[in-house]
Amino acid sequence: MFPLSATELEIVLLSVKIALWSVAVSLPLALAAAYLLARHDFPGKSFVDAVIHLPLVLPPVVVGYFLLLLLGRRGPLGAWLEEWFGIVVAFRWTGAAIACSVMGFPLMVRAIRLSIEAIDPGLEAAAETLGAGRAGIVFTVTLPLALPGILTGMLLSFARSLGEFGATITFVSNIPGETQTLPLAIYALTQVPGGDSAAMRLCVLSIILSLAALVVSETLVRRASRRVLGYDTVGRG
Amino acid sequence: MTLSVAVEHQQGSFRLDARFVCGEGVTALFGQSGAGKTTVVNAIAGLMRPTRGRITLDGETLFDADRGIHIPARKRRFGYVFQEGRLFPHLTVRQNLTYSRWFGSGEPGAADIGHIVELLGLGDLLERRPARLSGGEKQRVAIGRALLARPRVLLLDEPLASLDAHRRNEIMQYIELMRDEVRIPIVYVSHSAEEVVRLAATVVLMSAGIVVTMGEVEEVMGRPDLRAAAGIFEGGTVIDARVTGQDMQYELATLAFDGGVLTVTNLDALIGEPVRVRIRARDVSIALEPPRGISIQNVLPGKVAAISAGSNGVVDISVAVGSVILRSRITRRAVEQLGLMPGLEVYALIKAVSLDRSGGR
Repeated sequence: MFPLSATELEIVLLSVKIALWSVAVSLPLALAAAYLLARHDFPGKSFVDAVIHLPLVLPPVVVGYFLLLLLGRRGPLGAWLEEWFGIVVAFRWTGAAIACSVMGFPLMVRAIRLSIEAIDPGLEAAAETLGAGRAGIVFTVTLPLALPGILTGMLLSFARSLGEFGATITFVSNIPGETQTLPLAIYALTQVPGGDSAAMRLCVLSIILSLAALVVSETLVRRASRRVLGYDTVGRG
Repeated sequence: MTLSVAVEHQQGSFRLDARFVCGEGVTALFGQSGAGKTTVVNAIAGLMRPTRGRITLDGETLFDADRGIHIPARKRRFGYVFQEGRLFPHLTVRQNLTYSRWFGSGEPGAADIGHIVELLGLGDLLERRPARLSGGEKQRVAIGRALLARPRVLLLDEPLASLDAHRRNEIMQYIELMRDEVRIPIVYVSHSAEEVVRLAATVVLMSAGIVVTMGEVEEVMGRPDLRAAAGIFEGGTVIDARVTGQDMQYELATLAFDGGVLTVTNLDALIGEPVRVRIRARDVSIALEPPRGISIQNVLPGKVAAISAGSNGVVDISVAVGSVILRSRITRRAVEQLGLMPGLEVYALIKAVSLDRSGGR
Protein backbone atom coordinates (compact mmCIF):
# COMPACT_ATOMS: atom_id res chain seq x y z
CA MET A 1 0.00 0.00 0.00
CA PHE A 2 2.54 2.58 1.15
CA PRO A 3 4.39 4.60 0.03
CA LEU A 4 1.91 6.39 -2.18
CA SER A 5 2.92 7.35 -5.66
CA ALA A 6 3.19 11.04 -6.50
CA THR A 7 -0.03 10.86 -8.48
CA GLU A 8 -1.91 9.18 -5.67
CA LEU A 9 -0.69 11.74 -3.17
CA GLU A 10 -1.76 14.51 -5.48
CA ILE A 11 -5.24 13.02 -5.84
CA VAL A 12 -5.67 12.64 -2.09
CA LEU A 13 -4.42 16.13 -1.30
CA LEU A 14 -6.62 17.64 -4.00
CA SER A 15 -9.66 15.75 -2.71
CA VAL A 16 -9.04 16.95 0.84
CA LYS A 17 -8.41 20.52 -0.31
CA ILE A 18 -11.63 20.62 -2.31
CA ALA A 19 -13.63 19.06 0.54
CA LEU A 20 -12.22 21.48 3.13
CA TRP A 21 -12.92 24.49 0.95
CA SER A 22 -16.41 23.28 0.21
CA VAL A 23 -17.10 23.02 3.96
CA ALA A 24 -15.57 26.44 4.60
CA VAL A 25 -17.61 28.11 1.87
CA SER A 26 -20.93 26.58 2.87
CA LEU A 27 -20.57 26.92 6.66
CA PRO A 28 -21.49 30.62 7.04
CA LEU A 29 -24.39 30.28 4.62
CA ALA A 30 -25.60 27.10 6.28
CA LEU A 31 -25.44 28.73 9.74
CA ALA A 32 -27.50 31.66 8.52
CA ALA A 33 -30.03 29.43 6.75
CA ALA A 34 -30.33 27.04 9.70
CA TYR A 35 -30.81 29.88 12.20
CA LEU A 36 -33.44 31.50 10.00
CA LEU A 37 -35.35 28.26 9.55
CA ALA A 38 -35.11 27.27 13.20
CA ARG A 39 -35.92 30.56 14.88
CA HIS A 40 -38.02 32.62 12.48
CA ASP A 41 -41.27 32.38 10.62
CA PHE A 42 -41.52 34.24 7.35
CA PRO A 43 -43.65 34.01 4.23
CA GLY A 44 -42.34 31.40 1.81
CA LYS A 45 -40.45 29.52 4.53
CA SER A 46 -41.45 26.10 3.25
CA PHE A 47 -40.41 27.09 -0.27
CA VAL A 48 -36.96 28.15 0.95
CA ASP A 49 -36.74 24.92 2.90
CA ALA A 50 -37.60 22.92 -0.22
CA VAL A 51 -35.04 24.75 -2.37
CA ILE A 52 -32.31 24.09 0.20
CA HIS A 53 -33.18 20.40 0.17
CA LEU A 54 -33.25 20.12 -3.65
CA PRO A 55 -29.65 18.88 -4.06
CA LEU A 56 -30.54 16.00 -1.77
CA VAL A 57 -33.27 14.71 -4.04
CA LEU A 58 -32.13 15.79 -7.53
CA PRO A 59 -29.78 13.59 -9.56
CA PRO A 60 -26.29 15.08 -8.97
CA VAL A 61 -25.78 15.31 -12.73
CA VAL A 62 -28.72 17.72 -12.89
CA VAL A 63 -27.18 19.92 -10.21
CA GLY A 64 -23.83 19.86 -12.05
CA TYR A 65 -25.47 20.77 -15.31
CA PHE A 66 -27.31 23.72 -13.74
CA LEU A 67 -24.05 24.90 -12.21
CA LEU A 68 -22.44 24.69 -15.64
CA LEU A 69 -25.26 26.73 -17.19
CA LEU A 70 -25.08 29.30 -14.41
CA LEU A 71 -21.36 29.51 -13.64
CA GLY A 72 -19.84 28.38 -16.94
CA ARG A 73 -17.80 31.03 -18.78
CA ARG A 74 -20.84 31.83 -20.88
CA GLY A 75 -23.38 31.44 -18.06
CA PRO A 76 -24.90 34.66 -16.65
CA LEU A 77 -23.14 34.47 -13.30
CA GLY A 78 -19.94 32.97 -14.69
CA ALA A 79 -19.57 35.65 -17.38
CA TRP A 80 -20.17 38.37 -14.81
CA LEU A 81 -17.59 36.92 -12.42
CA GLU A 82 -15.00 36.74 -15.17
CA GLU A 83 -15.70 40.21 -16.52
CA TRP A 84 -15.65 42.02 -13.19
CA PHE A 85 -13.32 39.96 -11.06
CA GLY A 86 -11.42 37.82 -13.52
CA ILE A 87 -12.64 34.75 -11.66
CA VAL A 88 -13.21 31.55 -13.59
CA VAL A 89 -14.55 28.52 -11.75
CA ALA A 90 -15.57 26.26 -14.62
CA PHE A 91 -13.13 23.36 -15.08
CA ARG A 92 -11.09 24.54 -12.07
CA TRP A 93 -10.71 23.03 -8.61
CA THR A 94 -12.65 26.02 -7.23
CA GLY A 95 -15.60 24.92 -9.35
CA ALA A 96 -15.29 21.43 -7.87
CA ALA A 97 -15.43 22.94 -4.36
CA ILE A 98 -18.56 24.86 -5.32
CA ALA A 99 -20.22 21.73 -6.70
CA CYS A 100 -19.36 19.86 -3.50
CA SER A 101 -20.64 22.60 -1.22
CA VAL A 102 -23.94 22.77 -3.07
CA MET A 103 -24.34 19.00 -2.78
CA GLY A 104 -23.44 18.98 0.91
CA PHE A 105 -25.43 22.10 1.81
CA PRO A 106 -28.77 20.46 2.72
CA LEU A 107 -27.02 17.96 5.00
CA MET A 108 -25.17 20.73 6.80
CA VAL A 109 -28.24 22.95 7.19
CA ARG A 110 -30.30 20.07 8.46
CA ALA A 111 -27.86 19.04 11.17
CA ILE A 112 -27.37 22.61 12.38
CA ARG A 113 -31.05 23.44 12.26
CA LEU A 114 -31.99 20.42 14.38
CA SER A 115 -29.44 21.35 17.02
CA ILE A 116 -30.64 24.96 17.14
CA GLU A 117 -34.24 23.82 17.46
CA ALA A 118 -33.24 21.67 20.41
CA ILE A 119 -32.03 24.72 22.35
CA ASP A 120 -34.46 26.03 24.98
CA PRO A 121 -35.58 29.48 23.77
CA GLY A 122 -35.83 30.34 27.46
CA LEU A 123 -32.04 30.52 27.58
CA GLU A 124 -32.08 33.10 24.83
CA ALA A 125 -34.75 35.05 26.72
CA ALA A 126 -32.58 34.89 29.84
CA ALA A 127 -29.66 36.29 27.86
CA GLU A 128 -31.88 39.10 26.66
CA THR A 129 -32.84 40.08 30.21
CA LEU A 130 -29.10 40.28 30.93
CA GLY A 131 -28.62 42.86 28.21
CA ALA A 132 -27.71 40.76 25.17
CA GLY A 133 -28.95 41.90 21.77
CA ARG A 134 -29.82 39.61 18.86
CA ALA A 135 -26.23 39.17 17.70
CA GLY A 136 -24.95 38.84 21.24
CA ILE A 137 -27.43 36.06 21.94
CA VAL A 138 -26.51 34.20 18.75
CA PHE A 139 -22.79 34.29 19.44
CA THR A 140 -22.84 33.65 23.19
CA VAL A 141 -25.77 31.27 23.57
CA THR A 142 -27.20 29.84 20.35
CA LEU A 143 -24.06 28.97 18.40
CA PRO A 144 -22.05 27.60 21.34
CA LEU A 145 -24.98 25.37 22.31
CA ALA A 146 -25.44 24.27 18.70
CA LEU A 147 -21.76 23.34 18.39
CA PRO A 148 -22.30 19.55 18.32
CA GLY A 149 -24.80 19.96 15.50
CA ILE A 150 -22.49 22.34 13.66
CA LEU A 151 -19.62 19.85 13.86
CA THR A 152 -21.88 17.03 12.71
CA GLY A 153 -23.05 19.15 9.80
CA MET A 154 -19.46 19.92 8.85
CA LEU A 155 -18.57 16.23 8.88
CA LEU A 156 -21.56 15.27 6.78
CA SER A 157 -20.71 17.96 4.26
CA PHE A 158 -17.03 16.96 4.24
CA ALA A 159 -17.85 13.31 3.68
CA ARG A 160 -20.34 14.19 0.98
CA SER A 161 -17.61 16.23 -0.75
CA LEU A 162 -15.13 13.36 -0.63
CA GLY A 163 -17.67 11.14 -2.32
CA GLU A 164 -19.11 13.69 -4.72
CA PHE A 165 -19.07 12.45 -8.32
CA GLY A 166 -21.95 13.39 -10.58
CA ALA A 167 -22.16 17.14 -10.06
CA THR A 168 -18.37 17.53 -10.11
CA ILE A 169 -17.73 15.61 -13.31
CA THR A 170 -20.58 17.39 -15.08
CA PHE A 171 -19.58 20.87 -13.96
CA VAL A 172 -15.77 20.81 -13.96
CA SER A 173 -14.99 17.60 -15.84
CA ASN A 174 -12.29 15.10 -14.90
CA ILE A 175 -8.97 16.93 -15.25
CA PRO A 176 -6.00 15.23 -13.54
CA GLY A 177 -4.28 17.61 -11.15
CA GLU A 178 -7.08 20.17 -11.31
CA THR A 179 -10.48 18.61 -10.74
CA GLN A 180 -9.77 14.89 -10.50
CA THR A 181 -10.78 13.91 -6.97
CA LEU A 182 -10.69 10.37 -5.60
CA PRO A 183 -14.01 9.14 -7.00
CA LEU A 184 -13.25 10.67 -10.39
CA ALA A 185 -9.80 9.09 -10.48
CA ILE A 186 -11.24 5.71 -9.50
CA TYR A 187 -13.82 6.03 -12.23
CA ALA A 188 -11.14 6.94 -14.78
CA LEU A 189 -8.98 3.96 -13.79
CA THR A 190 -11.86 1.53 -14.10
CA GLN A 191 -12.37 2.73 -17.66
CA VAL A 192 -8.89 1.67 -18.85
CA PRO A 193 -7.62 -1.93 -19.25
CA GLY A 194 -5.36 -3.02 -16.38
CA GLY A 195 -6.36 -0.18 -14.07
CA ASP A 196 -8.06 -2.44 -11.53
CA SER A 197 -5.29 -2.71 -8.98
CA ALA A 198 -4.58 1.03 -9.07
CA ALA A 199 -8.31 1.66 -8.64
CA MET A 200 -8.38 -0.68 -5.66
CA ARG A 201 -5.51 1.23 -4.02
CA LEU A 202 -7.50 4.44 -4.39
CA CYS A 203 -10.60 2.77 -2.99
CA VAL A 204 -8.66 1.76 0.12
CA LEU A 205 -7.31 5.30 0.43
CA SER A 206 -10.84 6.60 0.15
CA ILE A 207 -12.00 4.33 2.96
CA ILE A 208 -9.09 5.36 5.20
CA LEU A 209 -9.79 9.02 4.57
CA SER A 210 -13.50 8.72 5.33
CA LEU A 211 -12.90 6.71 8.49
CA ALA A 212 -10.34 9.23 9.70
CA ALA A 213 -12.80 12.08 9.13
CA LEU A 214 -15.46 10.16 11.03
CA VAL A 215 -13.20 9.47 14.02
CA VAL A 216 -11.97 13.05 14.25
CA SER A 217 -15.46 14.46 14.03
CA GLU A 218 -16.92 11.98 16.53
CA THR A 219 -14.23 12.95 19.01
CA LEU A 220 -14.94 16.64 18.52
CA VAL A 221 -18.69 16.18 18.73
CA ARG A 222 -18.40 14.17 21.93
CA ARG A 223 -16.18 16.79 23.48
CA ALA A 224 -18.51 19.58 22.39
CA SER A 225 -21.61 17.75 23.65
CA ARG A 226 -20.02 17.21 27.02
CA ARG A 227 -19.31 20.91 27.17
CA VAL A 228 -22.80 21.85 26.11
CA LEU A 229 -24.43 19.37 28.46
CA GLY A 230 -22.32 21.04 31.06
CA TYR A 231 -20.02 18.42 32.43
CA ASP A 232 -16.57 19.58 33.30
CA THR A 233 -14.04 18.56 30.72
CA VAL A 234 -11.24 18.33 33.24
CA GLY A 235 -11.16 17.07 36.77
CA ARG A 236 -14.10 16.64 39.10
CA GLY A 237 -15.09 13.51 37.16
CA MET B 1 -38.21 53.63 42.95
CA THR B 2 -41.75 52.81 41.99
CA LEU B 3 -42.77 50.35 39.35
CA SER B 4 -46.27 50.83 38.12
CA VAL B 5 -48.00 48.25 35.99
CA ALA B 6 -51.30 48.48 34.16
CA VAL B 7 -51.53 45.91 31.39
CA GLU B 8 -54.26 44.13 29.50
CA HIS B 9 -53.60 41.16 27.33
CA GLN B 10 -55.74 38.78 25.33
CA GLN B 11 -54.35 35.36 24.54
CA GLY B 12 -56.86 32.97 23.08
CA SER B 13 -59.69 32.83 25.59
CA PHE B 14 -57.48 33.97 28.46
CA ARG B 15 -57.86 37.60 29.39
CA LEU B 16 -55.37 39.41 31.60
CA ASP B 17 -56.08 42.73 33.26
CA ALA B 18 -53.54 43.60 35.92
CA ARG B 19 -52.92 46.93 37.62
CA PHE B 20 -50.68 47.46 40.59
CA VAL B 21 -47.77 49.45 41.95
CA CYS B 22 -44.61 48.17 43.61
CA GLY B 23 -42.21 50.18 45.70
CA GLU B 24 -38.90 49.11 47.15
CA GLY B 25 -38.95 45.79 48.93
CA VAL B 26 -40.77 42.62 48.01
CA THR B 27 -44.16 42.68 46.34
CA ALA B 28 -45.62 39.23 45.94
CA LEU B 29 -47.72 38.31 42.92
CA PHE B 30 -49.75 35.62 44.58
CA GLY B 31 -52.34 33.27 43.13
CA GLN B 32 -53.00 29.83 41.75
CA SER B 33 -51.22 28.56 38.66
CA GLY B 34 -52.96 29.84 35.57
CA ALA B 35 -53.82 33.14 37.25
CA GLY B 36 -51.57 34.99 34.79
CA LYS B 37 -48.71 35.80 37.16
CA THR B 38 -45.91 34.75 34.83
CA THR B 39 -47.50 36.63 31.93
CA VAL B 40 -47.46 39.79 34.02
CA VAL B 41 -43.80 39.29 34.95
CA ASN B 42 -42.86 38.64 31.32
CA ALA B 43 -44.60 41.87 30.37
CA ILE B 44 -42.66 43.75 33.05
CA ALA B 45 -39.41 42.20 31.85
CA GLY B 46 -40.17 43.14 28.25
CA LEU B 47 -40.19 39.54 27.03
CA MET B 48 -43.85 39.83 26.11
CA ARG B 49 -45.76 42.71 24.59
CA PRO B 50 -49.23 43.16 26.09
CA THR B 51 -52.18 44.20 23.96
CA ARG B 52 -52.83 47.36 25.92
CA GLY B 53 -51.60 49.34 28.87
CA ARG B 54 -48.59 51.05 30.38
CA ILE B 55 -45.58 50.08 32.45
CA THR B 56 -43.45 52.77 34.05
CA LEU B 57 -40.52 52.89 36.44
CA ASP B 58 -40.53 56.19 38.30
CA GLY B 59 -41.01 58.65 35.42
CA GLU B 60 -39.63 56.40 32.70
CA THR B 61 -42.06 54.76 30.31
CA LEU B 62 -41.05 51.19 29.48
CA PHE B 63 -44.21 50.24 27.70
CA ASP B 64 -47.10 52.27 26.41
CA ALA B 65 -49.41 50.63 23.91
CA ASP B 66 -51.12 53.90 22.96
CA ARG B 67 -47.88 55.67 22.20
CA GLY B 68 -46.30 52.58 20.63
CA ILE B 69 -43.46 52.46 23.15
CA HIS B 70 -41.90 49.10 23.95
CA ILE B 71 -38.39 49.22 25.39
CA PRO B 72 -36.82 45.84 24.59
CA ALA B 73 -35.89 43.57 27.48
CA ARG B 74 -32.17 44.00 26.93
CA LYS B 75 -32.43 47.74 27.57
CA ARG B 76 -34.66 47.60 30.64
CA ARG B 77 -32.01 46.32 33.05
CA PHE B 78 -34.56 44.27 34.96
CA GLY B 79 -33.09 41.21 36.63
CA TYR B 80 -35.12 38.06 36.07
CA VAL B 81 -34.78 34.85 38.05
CA PHE B 82 -36.69 32.12 36.27
CA GLN B 83 -38.44 29.16 37.82
CA GLU B 84 -35.99 26.73 36.23
CA GLY B 85 -32.96 28.96 36.74
CA ARG B 86 -32.04 28.98 33.06
CA LEU B 87 -28.32 29.02 33.66
CA PHE B 88 -26.22 28.79 30.52
CA PRO B 89 -25.14 25.14 30.47
CA HIS B 90 -22.00 25.75 28.43
CA LEU B 91 -20.60 28.34 30.83
CA THR B 92 -19.11 27.91 34.28
CA VAL B 93 -20.77 29.46 37.31
CA ARG B 94 -18.28 32.32 37.18
CA GLN B 95 -19.02 32.94 33.49
CA ASN B 96 -22.75 32.77 34.18
CA LEU B 97 -22.43 35.30 36.97
CA THR B 98 -20.50 37.76 34.85
CA TYR B 99 -22.42 37.16 31.63
CA SER B 100 -24.02 40.62 31.66
CA ARG B 101 -20.67 42.39 31.58
CA TRP B 102 -20.35 41.52 27.89
CA PHE B 103 -23.35 43.69 27.19
CA GLY B 104 -23.97 45.94 30.16
CA SER B 105 -23.15 49.61 30.11
CA GLY B 106 -21.25 49.37 33.36
CA GLU B 107 -19.03 46.46 34.22
CA PRO B 108 -19.47 44.98 37.66
CA GLY B 109 -16.20 45.41 39.51
CA ALA B 110 -14.31 42.59 41.16
CA ALA B 111 -15.63 43.92 44.48
CA ASP B 112 -19.25 43.55 43.35
CA ILE B 113 -18.63 40.00 42.21
CA GLY B 114 -16.82 39.14 45.42
CA HIS B 115 -19.64 40.60 47.45
CA ILE B 116 -22.41 38.72 45.65
CA VAL B 117 -20.40 35.50 45.74
CA GLU B 118 -20.10 35.88 49.49
CA LEU B 119 -23.70 36.96 50.03
CA LEU B 120 -25.05 33.92 48.19
CA GLY B 121 -22.37 31.49 49.30
CA LEU B 122 -21.13 30.69 45.81
CA GLY B 123 -17.40 30.59 46.54
CA ASP B 124 -16.94 26.84 46.06
CA LEU B 125 -19.04 26.65 42.92
CA LEU B 126 -17.34 29.19 40.66
CA GLU B 127 -15.51 26.78 38.36
CA ARG B 128 -18.35 24.27 38.06
CA ARG B 129 -20.82 24.01 35.25
CA PRO B 130 -24.57 24.14 35.92
CA ALA B 131 -25.04 20.41 35.28
CA ARG B 132 -22.96 19.78 38.40
CA LEU B 133 -25.07 22.01 40.66
CA SER B 134 -27.98 21.00 42.87
CA GLY B 135 -31.35 22.68 42.36
CA GLY B 136 -30.77 25.07 45.24
CA GLU B 137 -27.28 25.98 44.05
CA LYS B 138 -28.61 26.68 40.58
CA GLN B 139 -31.17 29.13 41.95
CA ARG B 140 -28.55 30.89 44.05
CA VAL B 141 -26.38 31.32 40.94
CA ALA B 142 -29.40 32.55 38.99
CA ILE B 143 -30.10 35.15 41.69
CA GLY B 144 -26.44 36.21 41.67
CA ARG B 145 -26.39 36.46 37.90
CA ALA B 146 -29.46 38.71 37.93
CA LEU B 147 -28.02 40.91 40.70
CA LEU B 148 -24.66 41.34 38.97
CA ALA B 149 -26.41 42.86 35.97
CA ARG B 150 -27.12 45.72 38.41
CA PRO B 151 -30.87 45.58 37.87
CA ARG B 152 -33.25 48.43 38.55
CA VAL B 153 -36.02 45.94 39.31
CA LEU B 154 -35.72 42.30 40.27
CA LEU B 155 -38.27 39.76 39.07
CA LEU B 156 -38.44 36.31 40.65
CA ASP B 157 -40.82 33.83 39.05
CA GLU B 158 -41.50 30.98 41.47
CA PRO B 159 -37.79 30.55 42.13
CA LEU B 160 -38.42 27.84 44.72
CA ALA B 161 -41.04 25.83 42.87
CA SER B 162 -38.70 23.06 41.75
CA LEU B 163 -37.00 22.65 45.13
CA ASP B 164 -37.72 20.39 48.09
CA ALA B 165 -38.78 21.84 51.44
CA HIS B 166 -35.28 21.90 52.89
CA ARG B 167 -33.78 23.70 49.89
CA ARG B 168 -36.71 26.09 49.80
CA ASN B 169 -35.99 27.17 53.33
CA GLU B 170 -32.32 27.63 52.50
CA ILE B 171 -32.97 29.77 49.42
CA MET B 172 -35.54 31.83 51.30
CA GLN B 173 -32.82 32.77 53.75
CA TYR B 174 -30.63 33.96 50.87
CA ILE B 175 -33.52 35.88 49.36
CA GLU B 176 -34.09 37.56 52.73
CA LEU B 177 -30.45 38.58 52.90
CA MET B 178 -30.60 39.99 49.41
CA ARG B 179 -33.94 41.72 50.01
CA ASP B 180 -32.56 43.55 53.01
CA GLU B 181 -29.61 44.77 51.00
CA VAL B 182 -30.83 45.98 47.62
CA ARG B 183 -32.98 49.06 47.44
CA ILE B 184 -35.03 48.19 44.38
CA PRO B 185 -38.53 46.90 43.75
CA ILE B 186 -38.62 43.11 43.85
CA VAL B 187 -41.56 41.31 42.28
CA TYR B 188 -41.89 37.81 43.67
CA VAL B 189 -44.26 35.41 41.94
CA SER B 190 -45.53 32.56 44.05
CA HIS B 191 -48.47 30.31 44.73
CA SER B 192 -47.19 29.45 48.18
CA ALA B 193 -48.66 31.34 51.14
CA GLU B 194 -45.67 30.33 53.24
CA GLU B 195 -43.19 32.06 50.91
CA VAL B 196 -45.33 35.15 50.52
CA VAL B 197 -45.85 35.60 54.25
CA ARG B 198 -42.19 35.14 54.94
CA LEU B 199 -40.70 37.29 52.20
CA ALA B 200 -43.14 39.91 51.05
CA ALA B 201 -44.33 43.21 52.49
CA THR B 202 -47.08 43.74 49.94
CA VAL B 203 -49.28 41.19 48.20
CA VAL B 204 -51.01 41.44 44.86
CA LEU B 205 -53.55 38.64 44.80
CA MET B 206 -54.36 37.43 41.29
CA SER B 207 -57.04 35.09 40.12
CA ALA B 208 -58.08 34.17 36.57
CA GLY B 209 -56.16 37.03 34.99
CA ILE B 210 -57.29 39.85 37.26
CA VAL B 211 -55.98 41.44 40.43
CA VAL B 212 -58.43 40.52 43.17
CA THR B 213 -56.88 42.75 45.78
CA MET B 214 -53.58 44.21 46.87
CA GLY B 215 -52.34 45.36 50.23
CA GLU B 216 -50.06 44.57 53.12
CA VAL B 217 -49.29 40.94 53.75
CA GLU B 218 -50.83 40.89 57.25
CA GLU B 219 -54.08 42.27 55.96
CA VAL B 220 -54.51 40.38 52.68
CA MET B 221 -53.34 37.00 53.92
CA GLY B 222 -55.72 37.09 56.87
CA ARG B 223 -58.87 37.73 54.95
CA PRO B 224 -61.09 34.65 54.94
CA ASP B 225 -63.12 35.88 51.98
CA LEU B 226 -60.06 35.59 49.72
CA ARG B 227 -59.55 31.90 50.26
CA ALA B 228 -61.19 30.91 47.00
CA ALA B 229 -59.08 33.34 44.98
CA ALA B 230 -55.92 32.24 46.70
CA GLY B 231 -56.75 28.60 46.08
CA ILE B 232 -54.61 26.44 48.33
CA PHE B 233 -54.31 29.23 50.83
CA GLU B 234 -56.47 28.82 53.92
CA GLY B 235 -57.76 31.69 55.95
CA GLY B 236 -55.69 32.55 58.94
CA THR B 237 -53.80 35.17 60.84
CA VAL B 238 -50.31 36.50 60.24
CA ILE B 239 -48.56 37.65 63.41
CA ASP B 240 -45.32 39.58 63.64
CA ALA B 241 -43.48 38.43 66.73
CA ARG B 242 -40.04 38.31 68.28
CA VAL B 243 -38.22 35.29 69.67
CA THR B 244 -37.92 35.70 73.44
CA GLY B 245 -36.84 32.29 74.57
CA GLN B 246 -35.56 28.90 73.50
CA ASP B 247 -36.27 25.78 75.51
CA MET B 248 -33.52 23.37 74.56
CA GLN B 249 -34.86 20.55 76.69
CA TYR B 250 -38.26 20.43 75.00
CA GLU B 251 -37.13 22.00 71.74
CA LEU B 252 -39.66 24.78 72.05
CA ALA B 253 -39.43 28.51 71.45
CA THR B 254 -41.45 31.35 72.90
CA LEU B 255 -42.49 34.33 70.80
CA ALA B 256 -43.79 37.63 72.10
CA PHE B 257 -46.31 39.65 70.11
CA ASP B 258 -48.80 42.47 70.72
CA GLY B 259 -51.25 40.37 72.61
CA GLY B 260 -49.26 37.82 74.49
CA VAL B 261 -46.81 35.01 74.18
CA LEU B 262 -46.87 32.04 71.85
CA THR B 263 -45.14 28.73 72.37
CA VAL B 264 -44.08 27.04 69.17
CA THR B 265 -42.00 24.05 68.22
CA ASN B 266 -38.33 24.70 67.70
CA LEU B 267 -37.54 27.59 65.41
CA ASP B 268 -34.41 27.99 63.43
CA ALA B 269 -34.05 31.51 64.81
CA LEU B 270 -32.03 33.35 67.43
CA ILE B 271 -33.38 35.02 70.53
CA GLY B 272 -34.35 38.59 69.71
CA GLU B 273 -34.85 37.81 66.05
CA PRO B 274 -38.13 39.00 64.53
CA VAL B 275 -40.25 36.25 63.02
CA ARG B 276 -43.60 36.06 61.34
CA VAL B 277 -45.95 33.19 61.99
CA ARG B 278 -49.18 32.25 60.32
CA ILE B 279 -51.93 30.56 62.25
CA ARG B 280 -54.56 28.82 60.17
CA ALA B 281 -58.10 29.71 61.23
CA ARG B 282 -59.02 26.04 61.53
CA ASP B 283 -56.23 25.50 64.08
CA VAL B 284 -57.75 28.00 66.51
CA SER B 285 -60.37 26.73 68.97
CA ILE B 286 -62.48 28.89 71.28
CA ALA B 287 -63.19 28.31 74.98
CA LEU B 288 -65.20 30.36 77.45
CA GLU B 289 -62.87 29.53 80.35
CA PRO B 290 -59.19 28.60 80.46
CA PRO B 291 -59.32 24.82 80.07
CA ARG B 292 -57.52 22.39 82.38
CA GLY B 293 -56.07 19.02 81.62
CA ILE B 294 -55.50 19.76 78.01
CA SER B 295 -52.45 19.34 75.76
CA ILE B 296 -52.80 22.72 74.10
CA GLN B 297 -49.85 24.97 74.88
CA ASN B 298 -51.25 28.33 73.83
CA VAL B 299 -54.24 29.80 75.63
CA LEU B 300 -54.71 33.45 74.70
CA PRO B 301 -57.37 35.60 76.40
CA GLY B 302 -59.25 37.89 74.03
CA LYS B 303 -62.58 39.32 73.05
CA VAL B 304 -64.85 38.33 70.18
CA ALA B 305 -64.63 41.16 67.65
CA ALA B 306 -66.82 39.85 64.88
CA ILE B 307 -68.68 36.76 63.76
CA SER B 308 -69.01 36.28 60.03
CA ALA B 309 -71.77 34.14 58.63
CA GLY B 310 -70.16 31.21 56.95
CA SER B 311 -71.53 28.44 54.80
CA ASN B 312 -71.71 24.66 55.19
CA GLY B 313 -72.13 24.92 58.94
CA VAL B 314 -68.84 26.77 59.34
CA VAL B 315 -68.38 30.19 60.92
CA ASP B 316 -65.35 32.49 61.05
CA ILE B 317 -64.80 34.26 64.36
CA SER B 318 -62.47 37.24 64.80
CA VAL B 319 -60.97 37.41 68.26
CA ALA B 320 -59.11 40.52 69.38
CA VAL B 321 -56.01 39.41 71.26
CA GLY B 322 -54.18 42.57 72.22
CA SER B 323 -53.86 44.51 68.98
CA VAL B 324 -53.99 41.38 66.88
CA ILE B 325 -57.16 40.06 65.29
CA LEU B 326 -56.97 36.28 65.47
CA ARG B 327 -59.19 34.31 63.14
CA SER B 328 -60.85 31.13 64.21
CA ARG B 329 -62.93 28.78 62.15
CA ILE B 330 -65.46 26.71 64.09
CA THR B 331 -68.86 25.11 63.50
CA ARG B 332 -72.08 27.05 63.73
CA ARG B 333 -73.30 24.62 66.36
CA ALA B 334 -70.29 25.49 68.54
CA VAL B 335 -71.09 29.19 68.17
CA GLU B 336 -74.60 28.53 69.45
CA GLN B 337 -73.54 26.17 72.22
CA LEU B 338 -71.06 28.72 73.57
CA GLY B 339 -73.40 31.61 72.94
CA LEU B 340 -70.67 33.55 71.17
CA MET B 341 -71.38 37.16 70.34
CA PRO B 342 -69.24 40.24 69.70
CA GLY B 343 -67.78 41.64 72.91
CA LEU B 344 -67.73 38.32 74.75
CA GLU B 345 -64.51 37.48 76.57
CA VAL B 346 -63.09 34.16 75.37
CA TYR B 347 -59.89 32.14 75.22
CA ALA B 348 -58.31 31.25 71.91
CA LEU B 349 -56.60 27.84 71.96
CA ILE B 350 -53.75 27.08 69.58
CA LYS B 351 -51.69 23.90 69.39
CA ALA B 352 -47.98 24.68 69.43
CA VAL B 353 -47.34 22.20 66.62
CA SER B 354 -49.87 23.82 64.31
CA LEU B 355 -47.89 27.01 63.80
CA ASP B 356 -46.22 27.48 60.44
CA ARG B 357 -42.58 28.20 60.69
CA SER B 358 -42.50 31.36 58.60
CA GLY B 359 -39.57 33.18 60.09
CA GLY B 360 -38.24 36.41 58.70
CA ARG B 361 -38.59 40.07 59.30
